[in-house]
Amino acid sequence: MTGPLMDVVRDRAFAGRVPLAVHFDLTYRCNERCVHCYLDHEDHGEMSTREVEDILDQLAESGTLFLTLSGGELLLRKDFYEILAYARRLRFDVKIKTNAILIREADAARIRDLGVRQIQISVYSHRAEVHDGITKVSGSLERTINAIRFLRANGLQVMVANVLMRQNAMDYEGVRTLATELGAEYTIDPTITPKMDGNTSTLAYRMPTTQVLHVFRDRSLVGEDFCRPASPEENRSDAILDGLPCSAGHIACYITPYGDVYPCVQFPLPSGNLRQQRFDDVWHHSPQLNEVRGIRVRDLATCPSCDHVSTCTRCPGLAYMEGNMRGPSSADCEKSQLRASLAASQGH
Amino acid sequence: MSRFVVRSERLAARKVGGEMVLLSADDSSLLLLNEVGTVVWEAADGRTSLDAIADRVCAEYEVDAATARRDVEEFVAALAAAGMVTTVSQGTGDEPAA
Repeated sequence: MTGPLMDVVRDRAFAGRVPLAVHFDLTYRCNERCVHCYLDHEDHGEMSTREVEDILDQLAESGTLFLTLSGGELLLRKDFYEILAYARRLRFDVKIKTNAILIREADAARIRDLGVRQIQISVYSHRAEVHDGITKVSGSLERTINAIRFLRANGLQVMVANVLMRQNAMDYEGVRTLATELGAEYTIDPTITPKMDGNTSTLAYRMPTTQVLHVFRDRSLVGEDFCRPASPEENRSDAILDGLPCSAGHIACYITPYGDVYPCVQFPLPSGNLRQQRFDDVWHHSPQLNEVRGIRVRDLATCPSCDHVSTCTRCPGLAYMEGNMRGPSSADCEKSQLRASLAASQGH
Repeated sequence: MSRFVVRSERLAARKVGGEMVLLSADDSSLLLLNEVGTVVWEAADGRTSLDAIADRVCAEYEVDAATARRDVEEFVAALAAAGMVTTVSQGTGDEPAA
């Protein structure tokens, strides 16, 4: 969420070190096998209903408002609706991330009745052969589209998330049109991450430079200011250099189905485990989270002297997965350089 | 006759920095309550009468009873107009001890 009131809430959360937004994966099991997925889908002992509810109690007590429930495919949990109802009784703002292929008409009504604010659904292509080729489940696009229709018919806000990779990079216009026809919002995500265990085989699916440039040239997709070049004054300003790399560990964190706490879903730095510790203990006293919190842009290894520092979208988690949370994230370095080259070619 | 205030089940709510943040599941509208509004929201449990809520505001802040009553009424009416609460003539249980 964005807007001036949201800025006030975020500022208060930063000032009070409140875990305002928590992404909680309830399972890593999944009924799709997306080629680029970073998860191990085996169940290594996910938390019970009671364990999850206890953590939700603790999060509510700690001040968490925004709760993203995801997976894996979270509807594979038989207790999903029980957990969802519990979360809503605690008055979390709940967003669900799902592939939606298990959502039928009655599920959509139930999700609406429980007061979920947004459902984010992955759609890779408007073409079944491409979408199903990525999910490895025949018929998955049709089922996902049907689910979106059910959810929209129940008045729910649906966000179509279009992860772009080598196989589907040129399909985004088709997916965006499909989202519009379905009455859903649309967002792209060009980030393909290594697997959580550090395996980098998924990176082969990242879009090559020509495809990234094609996407970056579409201002209706990336916004008018996307290629705005940074000025030397901005790059050397205290506001930039004393700034935080991102909100991970400051007002946001991630919880795995096994109770592990990381700064973010894309930043798998083990910071504690909620089967052994209270959430507040981890949040306030984890040496790892405190280390993350201590990092300012000027502390980074090479970024402070980079010409793109003020406009870069560097992800500390991707940098961590490359070996150094204070180092550059090479994928973001590449994006910054491509944006700069586009800016130069457009006469900025 | 006493009236009671019931919070909408369609809202998310959390106290951040001592003041209540409300967020609607239906239209994503966001509302920040001030300190007094937060006291009223927390008291609006469907069991505490509007009079008792006004008494609580009166006790916690330097305001006379009539002003507290009027301000609480106006505030609750504004929340009701926004669909964030409803007022009912029957409480949903025993009024909690003050």
